[in-house]
Amino acid sequence: MRTAISSLEVLQPRNVTDALRMLRDEEGAVPLAGATDLYVSLNFGTLTTRRFVNLWGLRPLGRIGMQGDTLSIGALATYTAIIRSRPVQRRLPMLVQAAREIGGMQIQNRGTLGGNIANASPAGDTLPVLAAAGAVVVLRSAGEERRVRFADFYTGYRQSHRRPDELIAAVEVEPIDGAQWFRKVGTRAAQAISKVVMAAVRAPVPRIALGSVAPTVIRLPRTEAALEGAADIEEAVRVLESEIAPIDDLRSSAAYRRNVASNLLRRFWTDTTPG
Amino acid sequence: MAFPQSPSPDSQSPAVGRSVPRKDGLGKATGHARYADDIAFPGMLYGRTVRSTIPCGAIRDIRLDFDPAGFTIVDWRGIPGRNVVALLTEDQPCLVEREVRHAAEPVLLLAHEDREKLLGATVAIDYAPATPLFDPERSTHSFKNILIEKGDLAAGFAQAHTVVEGTYRTGHQEHVYIEPNGVIAVPEEGGIAVYGSIQCPYYVHKALVTLLGGAVTHVRVVQTETGGGFGGKEEYPSMLAGHAALLALAARRPVKIVYDRVEDMQATTKRHPSIVRHRTGLSKDGRLLAMDVEVILDAGAYVTLSPVVLSRGAIHAAGPYRCPNTRIAARAMFTNTPPNGAFRGFGAPQTEFAIEVHMERIAEALGIDSARLRERNALRPGDTTATGQRLGEDCSARQVLREAMRKSGYRRKRKAFAGTDRGIGLSLYYHGSGFTGSGELKLASRASVELTATGVRILTSSTEIGQGTRTMHAQIVADALGIPYDQVEVAQPDTSIVPDSGPTVASRTCMIVGGILERAAREMRERLDGAPPAEYFSHFGPMTVTGQYEQPDWIRWDEEAYRGDAYATYGWGCDVAEVELDRDTWEVRPKRLTVVTDVGKAIHPALATGQIEGGTAQGIGYALLEQVTMRDGIMANAQLTNYIIPTTLDTPLVDVVLLENPYPGGPSGAKGLGELPMDGPAPALVNAIRQLGLDIRAIPVLPEAVMEAACGSP
Amino acid sequence: MRFTLNGVAKELACHPGARLLDVLRGDCGLTGTKEGCGEGECGACTVLIDGAAVCSCIIPVVQVEGAEVTTIEGLGPEHPLPRAFMDEVGAQCGICTPGMIMAAVTLGPRPSLQKIRTGLAGNLCRCTGYEAIYRAIRKRPQ
Repeated sequence: MRTAISSLEVLQPRNVTDALRMLRDEEGAVPLAGATDLYVSLNFGTLTTRRFVNLWGLRPLGRIGMQGDTLSIGALATYTAIIRSRPVQRRLPMLVQAAREIGGMQIQNRGTLGGNIANASPAGDTLPVLAAAGAVVVLRSAGEERRVRFADFYTGYRQSHRRPDELIAAVEVEPIDGAQWFRKVGTRAAQAISKVVMAAVRAPVPRIALGSVAPTVIRLPRTEAALEGAADIEEAVRVLESEIAPIDDLRSSAAYRRNVASNLLRRFWTDTTPG
Repeated sequence: MAFPQSPSPDSQSPAVGRSVPRKDGLGKATGHARYADDIAFPGMLYGRTVRSTIPCGAIRDIRLDFDPAGFTIVDWRGIPGRNVVALLTEDQPCLVEREVRHAAEPVLLLAHEDREKLLGATVAIDYAPATPLFDPERSTHSFKNILIEKGDLAAGFAQAHTVVEGTYRTGHQEHVYIEPNGVIAVPEEGGIAVYGSIQCPYYVHKALVTLLGGAVTHVRVVQTETGGGFGGKEEYPSMLAGHAALLALAARRPVKIVYDRVEDMQATTKRHPSIVRHRTGLSKDGRLLAMDVEVILDAGAYVTLSPVVLSRGAIHAAGPYRCPNTRIAARAMFTNTPPNGAFRGFGAPQTEFAIEVHMERIAEALGIDSARLRERNALRPGDTTATGQRLGEDCSARQVLREAMRKSGYRRKRKAFAGTDRGIGLSLYYHGSGFTGSGELKLASRASVELTATGVRILTSSTEIGQGTRTMHAQIVADALGIPYDQVEVAQPDTSIVPDSGPTVASRTCMIVGGILERAAREMRERLDGAPPAEYFSHFGPMTVTGQYEQPDWIRWDEEAYRGDAYATYGWGCDVAEVELDRDTWEVRPKRLTVVTDVGKAIHPALATGQIEGGTAQGIGYALLEQVTMRDGIMANAQLTNYIIPTTLDTPLVDVVLLENPYPGGPSGAKGLGELPMDGPAPALVNAIRQLGLDIRAIPVLPEAVMEAACGSP
Repeated sequence: MRFTLNGVAKELACHPGARLLDVLRGDCGLTGTKEGCGEGECGACTVLIDGAAVCSCIIPVVQVEGAEVTTIEGLGPEHPLPRAFMDEVGAQCGICTPGMIMAAVTLGPRPSLQKIRTGLAGNLCRCTGYEAIYRAIRKRPQ
């Protein structure tokens, strides 16, 4: 542990309103949920802030349930809670699948959906699911509550529409019209960071989302259009290959990511084709 | 594989051959066993190592950008003895004086009571960088050359019907003992004691004596419970202990240095990468006639143990095969990278990977079934190895091969998998037990048995690092004395009370040191003349019997010509690996591994099986997952997130069969076992991948490489 | 900080951002929980918080306020799992063992092999190849 603990300040809100007040008034304070990435980022130097608002234990933020026909998943819902939740299993089984493949049991018990969104990694495993599901992010501040479509949420590498005084409060998912499909390709079978991660829905207009092939999670509108139109899978693969921008990095190569993303698209297509 | 739980033995039932309770089982299962970082001393300081950030060049200036109050600071000028880490040679400094030869080379030592202040201290080093050399094939500086020659190579090739050539590569491998390196140095009465996670207390002792010179009247090294070694704590702790001791002496207070995972992975030793070239001449029916082998190891920046790693690698490079004409030319090359060192297998996993993949390619070239090719060429009793050693009845190459074929259903599956996304492959391998040639004679290891009020105590510098040393030694001594296993205890290795039994390496702890203890216990039994130990002790007082290594009189080894009896005996193994290829992701999933090994005698069947299972998992990682990515001469993926070892979901069903073809010179016939399982998995897996039509000649085989083999490079 | 540790109420003055692992090993003197990586990757630091397995090296201690924390010391030598590990030689070097046992506690009485593999995917062992650990868990007396 290379970071000086004494340099950290952890603020303790009594409730959500208190937390929002802190985010508004406490300079540079950042929300802290399951903390699975906290010390790692501090030690690595990617996290420079030292002030945190501890959200753990604010139960309203963890609620999962139906509001009318809308599935609402609280930002503090852990992966374990998501896996066990009947409403999520029914409405969004691909999120359950993604949650099962994040880390091991220990990480699933602490990592949260809100944390995955806020961390904004291009490799975040739940992010393609939310993108393909057409989810909506509920942002709350002391002054207001607003909704941003997940597809619009990220503005650049590790950057989003969330203002410093805002909390990701929940994610909302409307009914999904079609079979859901998810595949994570990691560096090993468990406890792995994604090299390519894809979520898709075989709707009349198919929805395809990919992680680890661009600076943020992306939907692939041109590939989707190609699939909707002629439904010639090889043509769609060609479009996909031009629609993504994978890189070589410590974990994998651009060539591999491009090849595998194409294979996953084909696999999604055959898996969800009836008969 | 299941073993019946052994009840407490009575004095009639022998301990050897039964899975008795581990001596340290209770402490480890309840969290009470104490490892280096669990221990503290009054007034203890924490230590930190400031390291070079360039791979090659010179230091111009060092600036301390912090308030030195409360700090102990040591550089090379503070070394009272000689600034070397004494090992085989004295080329490696303990602290850089001016010249930097690798990234993460230790430059400056700091200690402070407050860990935060310690880690917050900024040190600025000004360098004059020079151009680093990273490619061992471009390096012109060899640390060691070895030439093994047998027969007439040219004549062999002249007779050959077919010649097959190939080049094979293996990468670094990091040990990933789950407990990182750590020691505590404690000044005591004019001398110093070092406690730590150490495989070889006497190596550390020797290094400290050289480093500290006249500043200490005595040096004591004590091994704490060690959370894994695999060779990574064989020589490296000498460096770490030196650092802690220097700080402790300067501060006159205990100093603890425990590395975090990143520092451990970046700065400490790894397995030597290798490039092995084969040129092989065969008869029409697939008999080996001529083998020309070139072995190149990347040694890193200092000699450390490279000559010995090279030696074992070279001796095993021709595989477990009979061939009348052989040449093996091996060299260990300098590069500007952190020195590589001991890692379970010690050169043999590298060279046996090469020969076994090469044999598979030979089988393909000749159109011969690969198991039949192995059978035709496998060493038999009476055959000679590449160094001219004539093997005895303890040679089991064909037995392990046949049993592996039978147990795995290799031939049936090979046919069934053809044209599918499943593949099956095999490897045949062997591993010399103990030190090479006259090495054991030079070590002159000693171990003792002494009487106590309750039984006997074993005194040896052999360390328990998970493999079961305490338990296995106690079994051997209990049976030799004819007393219950429960009456034998094992002293903590402390150089002030245990003799030098040699290092805990080279698959020697049972066969060699166990053998010494067995003889010492037998001698004690004679002297006891029927009296139970505790009774004798209470009437006559203490008795200690010390045994010393006796080389079998038939061993002949010529160190100059590299000819003769390289090892007293060998362990033998045959692995069969089944894999499945996912053509969407190019991941190769191991589905089943059959491992048949001859260990001479399984002193403790559950422990022996555990060693095979664990070594097999490490071999799977070596083959399929574990890549060290070097950038600018330092490991860029030095976190467990990015250096991938197998989890429970990455390991397949492993089927272990233990055969016992005894070596008469080992206790109860035992041969060496610890390293053997490392040699088999990688080539077996690569040969299974070959059945899929993928020509892979380098490990680790990551999906990216499989894709390129399947699709061609983009 | 107030929390229950192995059934006993604890009150500690420590920094809220301190790692739970350091509080357990340092302030509470319980060294059975080990640090293998500091990244939440190896599982050697596994403890239970309100019955759920977590990596204590990534938990700020403030987040166990009011919770029940269980470490390996809280099981004791008569608990069936440490007994089973001893009988089946589930521990070689032993450094992963406390974390492995704490994770295994949450698997329930008769887990299948697949459930064990999945449940322990966050616990790395370098010595055993996991096989003896499976044997220990499947043979544990009820």
